[in-house]
Amino acid sequence: MSFMSRTGILASAGVAAMLAASPAAAQIEIQWWHAMTGANNEVVNKLAADFNAAQKDYKVVATYKGSYPDTMNAGIAAFRAGNAPHILQVFEVGTATMMGARGAIKPVAEMMKEAGEAFDPKAYLPAVSGYYSTAKGELLSFPFNSSSTVMWYNKDAFRKAGLDPENPPKTWPETFEAAKKLQANGHPNCGMATAWVTWVNIEQFSVWHNVPLATKANGIDGFDTELKINSPLHVKHLENLVEHQKTKVYDYAGRTNTGEGRFTSGECPIMITSSGFYGNVKANAKFDWANAPMPYYPDVPGAPQNSTLGGASLWVMGGKKADEYKGVAKFFAFLSDTDRQAKLHTDSGYLPITKAAYEKVKASGFYKENPYLETPIKELTNKEPTENSRGLRLGNLVQIRDIWAEEIESALAGKKSAKAALDAAVERGNQQLRQFERTVSR
Amino acid sequence: MDKRAIFSGKALPYMLLLPQLAITIIFFYWPASQAVWQSFLLEDAFGLSREFVGFENYRTLFQQREYYDAMVNTAVFSSLVAFFSLSIALLLATQADKNIRGAHGFKTLLIWPYAVAPAVAGVLWIFMFHPSLGTLAGPMRVMGFDWNPLLDGGDALALVVMSATWKQVSYNFLFFLAGLQAIPRSVLEAAAIDGAGPLRRFWTITFPLLSPTTFFLVVVTIVYVFFETFGIIDAVTGGGPSGSTTTMVYKVYSDGRLGGDLGGSAAQSVVLMVIVIALTAIQFRYVERRVQY
Amino acid sequence: MVENRPFNTFMAYLVLAIGVVIVAFPVYLAILASTFDASTIINGNMPLTPGDQAAENYYRTIFVGASRSTREPVGTMMINSFVMAMGIATGKILISILSAFAVVYFAFPFRKTAFWVIFITLMLPVEVRIYPTYKIVADLGLLDTYTGLILPLIASATGTLLFRQFFMTIPDELLEASKIDGAGPFKFFKDTLVPLSVTTMAALFVIQFIYGWNQYLWPLLITTKDSMQTIVIGIKKMITTQDALTEWQIAMTTAVLAMLPPVAVVILMQRLFVKGLVETEK
Repeated sequence: MSFMSRTGILASAGVAAMLAASPAAAQIEIQWWHAMTGANNEVVNKLAADFNAAQKDYKVVATYKGSYPDTMNAGIAAFRAGNAPHILQVFEVGTATMMGARGAIKPVAEMMKEAGEAFDPKAYLPAVSGYYSTAKGELLSFPFNSSSTVMWYNKDAFRKAGLDPENPPKTWPETFEAAKKLQANGHPNCGMATAWVTWVNIEQFSVWHNVPLATKANGIDGFDTELKINSPLHVKHLENLVEHQKTKVYDYAGRTNTGEGRFTSGECPIMITSSGFYGNVKANAKFDWANAPMPYYPDVPGAPQNSTLGGASLWVMGGKKADEYKGVAKFFAFLSDTDRQAKLHTDSGYLPITKAAYEKVKASGFYKENPYLETPIKELTNKEPTENSRGLRLGNLVQIRDIWAEEIESALAGKKSAKAALDAAVERGNQQLRQFERTVSR
Repeated sequence: MDKRAIFSGKALPYMLLLPQLAITIIFFYWPASQAVWQSFLLEDAFGLSREFVGFENYRTLFQQREYYDAMVNTAVFSSLVAFFSLSIALLLATQADKNIRGAHGFKTLLIWPYAVAPAVAGVLWIFMFHPSLGTLAGPMRVMGFDWNPLLDGGDALALVVMSATWKQVSYNFLFFLAGLQAIPRSVLEAAAIDGAGPLRRFWTITFPLLSPTTFFLVVVTIVYVFFETFGIIDAVTGGGPSGSTTTMVYKVYSDGRLGGDLGGSAAQSVVLMVIVIALTAIQFRYVERRVQY
Repeated sequence: MVENRPFNTFMAYLVLAIGVVIVAFPVYLAILASTFDASTIINGNMPLTPGDQAAENYYRTIFVGASRSTREPVGTMMINSFVMAMGIATGKILISILSAFAVVYFAFPFRKTAFWVIFITLMLPVEVRIYPTYKIVADLGLLDTYTGLILPLIASATGTLLFRQFFMTIPDELLEASKIDGAGPFKFFKDTLVPLSVTTMAALFVIQFIYGWNQYLWPLLITTKDSMQTIVIGIKKMITTQDALTEWQIAMTTAVLAMLPPVAVVILMQRLFVKGLVETEK
């Protein structure tokens, strides 16, 4: 058919264009699939371009593959079809899935060693590298963009409500009190809000209070883990949110971060969300602002503990040639460079991953002017991590988060009691965990 | 529903069908059969281990209360979207078909929204209807609506019905318009001379003559609401709050993404396929009898 | 015009005006967003009248790009989208008019079977079978090719059903007359069916072109080279859903510009929606 031959021609034209576009054949191409958009997409492109300019043997090709779930799916589909990229960026909730697929990945520590690239696991901030390591401490994936949860607040609104902007609330009861005052002084629809509802109110909440999110060290010590999020502390917290939702002292802002604009617009004077919100706040908030550590309940012994990460890491896919792994190892060494890490940190607002980079930025006096970038690091390193605060590793976490959010929404809408909602969240979440356990443990 | 006058040919009809059949078999039946096979397996995302489990995925599926909720949501959602998108489009098409000045401009403006990429449309819906950031949410609150699709299931359902209807109105409008153009003027003129008013002409002549187009659009719209709305739902409500906008196809998408539950997701696709095949077969067998060719 | 009644005309204007206001509002909003700065957009409650940043935004989008360090190849992306959309629109019209001709105008063994084999494919869009389809396209070596972008997306029966519905309305007398003149199937197809189908083809072309132009998931999955990416992917790259700062004004300006080719297609194809074209033949 004429149509077929036409597309045939188009296809061969496309192939010819591709051949013409590829440079000197001796270079080894390293495919890097990522999910970075906006300003961070440029950061990724620049890192690849700088690496390519710095040496001749390898060429890193960075390709945007959609949102975090889309990128992960693309990587998995490509692996099943036999053409996985070398480097795949996977968000933190996909960590357990990637770990469960030992046959599909190449542990970073092992690759660095084989490639003879200098690699000292101790050079990395333990709170960061610990999240992506096995229970024995072997680094599996390379931390790339990391953030933690902080409380952003509107200093102008604090002044107006007679609150001290230099002394933000430290505990949940204080925060709710502050939100009440703020609500009475010009913020009728929202005294405070949280974005990423489950990450903030369940995951980070548990870690920060040193209470288990799930058994087996939150899943790090084994896939046969069970959820613990219906403890009295969790129930009390959700009850508080439900009560304040009624009067809009607390206002639900959705499962993701689409509600963050309510902070920069001035509507919600307190927003608890990712430290990565920094770039947006800096560019769009037309008022005096600051951030502070997450609140905690003062009657919980040991609180606050330390916080854990959000963000994504770079996984190296299995089944590639030794030469190619050498290139990937070189690229990771390039990324770990102290100056580069320091610059990445100050430019993007993501956390530094090496101790040296953190020390360097600290010594430069940068945090004096930008204390907001240090808050999440202080949280992460607040105390030596315990079994409950090293991190979390739950399979099917995307679905589990959706289930949690559904149940929290039921409670906030008044359809269920907080206790009933969290009980259901545990029961339905455990079903997901059992199913994951079954598929990976064979 | 067969033509009286037809050609007879041995090889020719097969040649004509060949391109469509070839593409259909390679890019539809082959992958679809793999989806069916997948529904009998328990497998990890990477395909590193698999186990044949028979009907277990189906049994698990039908034990979930959420699945029945999704079925109810789907029924409500699809009937609302189908009804609104077809009737609004038909109303607009009959008006735009009149010989009025500026009809061309109206037609362009009515088809234009179809050109908004779904990737962008999701963002626009948030710009409009986010309970506090939305351009339209403010006026709605002033008018006394307690608009909160983040927590109120009814509001959320209204929002996804609106977004899905909006997308399909332009599509249906275009084909209704094409169908109206094909109705011979002379028939309508004859009726007008006989003294039939516009409404009467519409119901006795235009609507029956339009029935082949309407039949096509009913089939296509049902397929649309069943299958192609998960993108909108994902962007606008993410299936929430508390699953009140989770339709069957959205569940396929959300359970299957991240490969968390390939088998269960495939089983849901199969159930969905069976339902829509049944619906379409019913339409071809019963509804089509009332279509006037 | 059957008759001219002022009330009737007034009603038409009223209904259409309300329809346009409601249906085209999101488009208006996109255009509005391209006239503000990023803060106004992200902070919500955008005003309903245009802002003063239009010149700046369009200048930056077209000549500078959103980025400060690297620039996305917008031109290449537009060309890719265009090739893909044209391929899908023409390809689908071609295969479906031929197969509809076969199932409506021929008697042959397994005709019913062929009919159902094709019509069942109405039921399952690419997205639901996307990963198995990806594997097949990869096995056929079609990743990063236009063929791979196009073919899987035309494997559905909507076009065939549309043409079938239209062919069924064509009076049998036309074929009988044509047969008496001694015309074979090809002549009947070329001289009678194709000219009659112009409006239908135009409508299908518009829809399929836009469908192809707006594809996101499929091109995202099967392309890995910048030289093969499409404009919708480019827009998505600018819109941040996670942490980083989004230059909303540039993203929305790009979105508006990306709408222009589909709109041009709508306006061009409307010329084919001419009254009487069909009538004179009947």
